[in-house]
Amino acid sequence: MDISSAPILSIIMFLPLVGALIIACLNAEAKANARWVALWTTTVTFLVSLIIWFKFDTTTGGFQFVETRNWLDVFKFKLGVDGISMLFVILTTFLMPLTVLSSWVCIQTRVKEYLIAFLVLETLMIGVFCALDLVLFYVFFEGGLIPMFLIIGVWGGANRVYATFKFFLYTLLGSVLMLLAVLAMYWHAGTTDIPTLMTTEFPVEMQWYLWFAFFASFAVKLPMWPVHTWLPDAHVEAPTAGSVILAAILLKMGGYGFLRFSVPMFPIASAELAPFMFVLSIVAIIYTSLVALAQTDMKKLIAYSSVAHMGFVTMGIFTFSQQGVEGAIFQMVSHGIISSGLFLGVGVLYDRMHTHEIDVFGGLVNRMPVYAAFFMVFTMANIGLPGTSGFIGEFLTLLASFKVNTWVAFLATSGVIWSAVYALWLYRRVIFGQLVKPALKNIQPMSYREIGIMVPLIVLTILLGVYPAPVFDVTAVAVKKLVAAHEAAVATSAAALP
Amino acid sequence: MTELTVYAPMLPEIVVAIGAMALLMFGAFRRDAEGRDFVCNWLAIAVLLVAAGVLAFAQPERAVLFEGAFIADDFARFMKLLILAGAALVLVMSFGGLSRAKLLSFEYAVLLLLSVLGMMLMVSAGDLIALFLGIELQSFALYVIAAIDRDKVRSSEAGLKYFVLGSLSSGMLLYGCSLIYGFTGAIEFSAIAAAAQGVAPAENLGLTIGLVFLLVGLAFKVSAVPFHMWTPDVYEGAPTPVTAFFAAAPKLAAMALMLRVLLGAFPGIAEQWQQIVVFLSVASMLLGAFAAIGQSNIKRLMAYSSIGHVGYALIGLAAHSEAGTQSVLVYLAVYLFMTVGAFACILAMQGKDGMHEDIGSLAGLAKNNLPMAFVLAMILFSMAGIPPLAGFFAKFYGFAAAIDAKLYALAVIGVLASVVAAYYYLRVVKVMFFDDAQEAFLPVERGTGLVMTISGLFVLLFVLLPEPLINAAKTAAQALHAAPGQ
Repeated sequence: MDISSAPILSIIMFLPLVGALIIACLNAEAKANARWVALWTTTVTFLVSLIIWFKFDTTTGGFQFVETRNWLDVFKFKLGVDGISMLFVILTTFLMPLTVLSSWVCIQTRVKEYLIAFLVLETLMIGVFCALDLVLFYVFFEGGLIPMFLIIGVWGGANRVYATFKFFLYTLLGSVLMLLAVLAMYWHAGTTDIPTLMTTEFPVEMQWYLWFAFFASFAVKLPMWPVHTWLPDAHVEAPTAGSVILAAILLKMGGYGFLRFSVPMFPIASAELAPFMFVLSIVAIIYTSLVALAQTDMKKLIAYSSVAHMGFVTMGIFTFSQQGVEGAIFQMVSHGIISSGLFLGVGVLYDRMHTHEIDVFGGLVNRMPVYAAFFMVFTMANIGLPGTSGFIGEFLTLLASFKVNTWVAFLATSGVIWSAVYALWLYRRVIFGQLVKPALKNIQPMSYREIGIMVPLIVLTILLGVYPAPVFDVTAVAVKKLVAAHEAAVATSAAALP
Repeated sequence: MTELTVYAPMLPEIVVAIGAMALLMFGAFRRDAEGRDFVCNWLAIAVLLVAAGVLAFAQPERAVLFEGAFIADDFARFMKLLILAGAALVLVMSFGGLSRAKLLSFEYAVLLLLSVLGMMLMVSAGDLIALFLGIELQSFALYVIAAIDRDKVRSSEAGLKYFVLGSLSSGMLLYGCSLIYGFTGAIEFSAIAAAAQGVAPAENLGLTIGLVFLLVGLAFKVSAVPFHMWTPDVYEGAPTPVTAFFAAAPKLAAMALMLRVLLGAFPGIAEQWQQIVVFLSVASMLLGAFAAIGQSNIKRLMAYSSIGHVGYALIGLAAHSEAGTQSVLVYLAVYLFMTVGAFACILAMQGKDGMHEDIGSLAGLAKNNLPMAFVLAMILFSMAGIPPLAGFFAKFYGFAAAIDAKLYALAVIGVLASVVAAYYYLRVVKVMFFDDAQEAFLPVERGTGLVMTISGLFVLLFVLLPEPLINAAKTAAQALHAAPGQ
């Protein structure tokens, strides 16, 4: 069979589901088997997803690997990726084996259900990034709530019920308005096909309503200030792997949504609301950085830093420039890797001490030198040190916003300083200093499994920092198309004015 | 003999009627037969299946009998199949619960069949007399069933409450019918529509008032706010299998009747009744969402949840369009499976010391009985309207119709209420999955387990193959809109 004609995206999407079904059939006592099945499933999914990476045609900005099946009358089961979404698919499949590995030891109760929830979640996440039909997109986008609700609620920390309810209801409240917008778009355009909708011109007034409905959903998901408060709670209570997925993939759905829907479909509203987005982004960058500074819990600190980093993403997207949008995408990918590393790092400590309070730790470099080195890389990348992937995204978005509005760039740059303050301070308190706390005297160094999880992330962080071209090769044409379409739409509307 | 074939369109009803009477005879004369009640219940299921088979495979496209009093069309077929399916599922799952409570009697099956017959007549009603007869037939059977656990005060109280309030609503309905007849001089829906056509609003005041009374009566039957007061008490008081039946089949029939009357007899004054339906819908959604939060009894919770669901189903009716009608039908179908499944789970809440109805007794169900916890969780998520479960698509079509009809406020209130409702559904999921395990329930009865499996699979796999149901609902809606009320 010719491999290029195979429905590759469907295969990638449903492979995890197959794995979940296999695990469901296993004996409840067979914890090890379930883990191995999950690891193999996610690894194979990753390897298969590499096919789209290598076969991806970087010279076209359109959708590739498109599959269409009849599903629900006018709503089709349509999948496809372009330069923007493909990266997120790879990011998802790449991180999943690592999360399975990271839960290898620390999850001992209801292992089967845990792994099934993760595999189902993977299917839904891949679906979000591949869906080329709005209704299908919504199904995947919302469907992810169910497994995540259970992951936080069943395997989470002490205050998990509050956190998971908050996560679920916040996200749901944001999304239901988007559903109405989707329906309004359907009745206006007669289709929910995403490529078609991208070229549909909605009346300006309608664009405003639709824009805000989508904004409600994506702003909560991303999350943007002031609707970010669910994130620290969810992160603190979620198990390590849950935090990784939350930070690395689920948050990116918000940014992806802005790129895929808000900007191309409602260009006029987006252009007029860009200052609004800038203000929110700046507040997110500065305010949440300051809040991060005051945290006593490592996971909460990283969660607030995530909100700040997502501020760069929205800022970059709403400059509507090649640099800004590419920087935003790069920032999302890079943050996916770095935040995974940070949360996994916290997870390593949590597995040993069963807490993520900063005060409990100190002087870890004496007992865990490898860990200290690894954590250093992620901390530096989080700050955006040149040579790490964190630098590229922040630099590009700042560059792009400087052209649009100097003040925005100026204020956002100060956020970089704040991120250095809280990240380095965290590092100093946890890693450096004398190891005086008696409980830490016998803390175990990292195991080979833990090192094995970290190494790919570190390699990618540095590799993308010094050689970011692989990402930009993929995104360039798609972003160019996006930016050109936006400029054309704004120009037409400006010309139409008297 | 040839003349008899004229009645072929109502063969399913005839099957059910003869079946009910034959079972009554069998039960009354074979008093001492071993396992009589058990056999009767199985035979009742067989009767329902035969009727469903006749409906599905041996029915004309469209037929009108008795001078327009009885209409057999795709719409009626769709609703009747749902009602028969609901009744059969309830019978299958209630064996265990009823026999353990020593309530398994042949009368239960007979009464259930009779009320199903009433519902089928309601769905096919083409004039006001048939409408009333259908309603009364199903209601009288239900009054008795509600009080079937006659030695228990709660059950008798439920039966009495249901009877008194039901009679009140029937009275209002009848009064409305008489007003409508008085002002139009017709009882047939199509004739009423013709008489009301083109009359200035000021001159058909009597008709409008009659319509309001009629709607009040029907709102009672579907338990739409503000005519919902009886629902929580009756749900809580009646034996659980009976409650399951109440929640599923009669609502479907009453909703179908509402569709047929409003679309068939009053298309000309749609603006008037649309306001009422919008109000009923909004009030039901909001009350269903907020009042359920404080409940600790799962049957009461389901009562408020069903009130909310009625609100969502009414969205499609308020839209007054073919898409709207289709959405109502989809909603009712999905609602039926969700409700039956949820009540199957409630029936399985059977401890050593009897039935549990407290939500707290579900604590840790995920540890004790994961399949049941999983099914109930999926049903609850589906009721909350979370994709990719069936309940999402039900709501989706309703909201689509509302947006299309430019009822934006209704749609926004609807989605916001669904978020509030999600909270109390999640609360039950939380109890099952996050709380520490309590004493395990007894093993699930086979019939109950079967119903659980069916509805669980339906809710979960609907996303893979949604088209058959959606298309069937579309055909049914077209049938209703193509020739209203004839």
